[in-house]
Amino acid sequence: MTVDLDTVRRIARLARIAVSDEELPHLRGELNAILSFVEQLNEVDVSGVEPMTSVTPMTMKKRRDVVTDGGYPELIVKNAPATEDNFFLVPKVVE
Amino acid sequence: MNAPVPPPQRSRKLIKGATGDWEVVIGMEIHAQVTSQAKLFSGASTEFGGEPNSHVSFVDAAMPGMLPVINEECVRQAIRTGLGLRAKINLKSTFDRKNYFYPDLPQGYQISQYKSPIVGEGEVTVDMPDGETIRVGIERLHLEQDAGKSIHDLHPSMSFVDLNRSGVALMEIVSKPDMRSAEEAKAYVAKLRTILRYLGTCDGDMEKGNLRADVNVSVRRPGEPFGTRCEIKNVNSIRFIGQAIEYEARRQIGILEDGGTIDQETRLFDPVKGETRSMRSKEEAHDYRYFPDPDLLPLEVDQAYVDELARNLPELPDAKKARFIADYGLSPYDAGVLVAERASADFFEAVAKGRDGKTAANWVINELFGRLNREGHGIEDSPVSADQLGAIIDLIGEGTISGKIAKDLFEIVWTEGGNPREIVEKRGMKQVTDTGAIEAAIDQVIAAHPDKVEQVKAKPTLLGWFVGQVMKATGGKANPQAANELLKARLDI
Repeated sequence: MTVDLDTVRRIARLARIAVSDEELPHLRGELNAILSFVEQLNEVDVSGVEPMTSVTPMTMKKRRDVVTDGGYPELIVKNAPATEDNFFLVPKVVE
Repeated sequence: MNAPVPPPQRSRKLIKGATGDWEVVIGMEIHAQVTSQAKLFSGASTEFGGEPNSHVSFVDAAMPGMLPVINEECVRQAIRTGLGLRAKINLKSTFDRKNYFYPDLPQGYQISQYKSPIVGEGEVTVDMPDGETIRVGIERLHLEQDAGKSIHDLHPSMSFVDLNRSGVALMEIVSKPDMRSAEEAKAYVAKLRTILRYLGTCDGDMEKGNLRADVNVSVRRPGEPFGTRCEIKNVNSIRFIGQAIEYEARRQIGILEDGGTIDQETRLFDPVKGETRSMRSKEEAHDYRYFPDPDLLPLEVDQAYVDELARNLPELPDAKKARFIADYGLSPYDAGVLVAERASADFFEAVAKGRDGKTAANWVINELFGRLNREGHGIEDSPVSADQLGAIIDLIGEGTISGKIAKDLFEIVWTEGGNPREIVEKRGMKQVTDTGAIEAAIDQVIAAHPDKVEQVKAKPTLLGWFVGQVMKATGGKANPQAANELLKARLDI
């Protein structure tokens, strides 16, 4: 599997990364190198093997249903470029 | 766990087009906010209506290095809901990232369950108003995070973002395309809402957006394969769901009959104009690039835990309805009305305890619900308690008051409160069974209407008129049965 320039452009757009036309061929090369490596991995027969989700056998930790956090809106918006009344302000988005 | 759902067998509900009949096919994705104190993956509060960004932790704001830890209550609620939908519970499920950019989604992805949801196939039984029962298959139920809220009308060029909702647990409940009319779709949502409220897993408050629907609509000629569907996003009332489907079905039929084709797209319902309009087409459709969330291990529960939850499930509406029909002799319709809300069903049972079930149902549905609806009250704030209504029914049953007086008594209890039995005593509302008093009233009526006395000889059905007059003369307190008997004797019929 290989990707063409349009696919690279699309992936960049989906990831909201600005990529100039000059950079596209180089990126395509890198992506295709990664894909060919994955293709090599695909040659290994893993049918019947459960995907490994952790190197040590462990189960997911769960929290109790208790409110233990929040209540610091000024800290939440502290790094935002624009705020008002502890709201984040962003350029208008209406779909 | 459950048998596969057979294809729906039912009366066809077709829409007439210019060129013949069409069938509308509907499937739904319902987003139901899980009832919990804290969010799905953080310890911030789920409470509605807090100050902006006050119910937000660094996890919900997606600050670097923050990791999600799942709330066990949300898992419990999702499993209980699955059990209530007679669905398969998956003992192992996984979380995935659904990637998209929007200002109210600080992570840049929503944690959801894509490949392996916590709940698999199930089924909801839906009773239609015309008495027909349909079955709607459930495809799956999965847990996911809600997003924050963007407000667009506070500033000319900026949107305001509040993350209080960000990270609140949602259950997405996906139906199979088993509905065939707007009425069926509305009844399905109403039933699902009832089940969720019985379980206490979602409060079903559509005004607050705690229950909202994405509606998939397509049309086809009867017997043909499914047509291309359009998805109507985020419809937040049952009435609007009906309107959106009616409009959308008509729109699609219009296009097809003009020789056009339907574009698969996402549409919005505009409640003001009562129409749907295009939001984005398939070409611009999101590519969510799902992949397993590396921050979260698989979610595993054991069968003993699921069994324990199943044992402690409350009686659900279908079972309650069947019991009301069997134990109280109610009609399916009345039983259905009573079980629609758990509080109504509990109220009815309190009234019916030790009394005639049908009479109790009549009073609860016709008098009490009628009055509550007119005044816009819920059963929770009924001015008349189950004990008071029960006492009124007892007074009728033992012949102390007539049915007509009972309605007056109900009115007094509604507006003034008090013990019905004492009110009857104090205000002299007791039914007159004393034949002397009734005879006196009869004499009076006969003396005043010699013409009617003549007529009734030829037309015995006029007796009813005389009974009415006697009731009127006694202020409704005469025992109608006694008045009837005495009149018959006096008028010789």
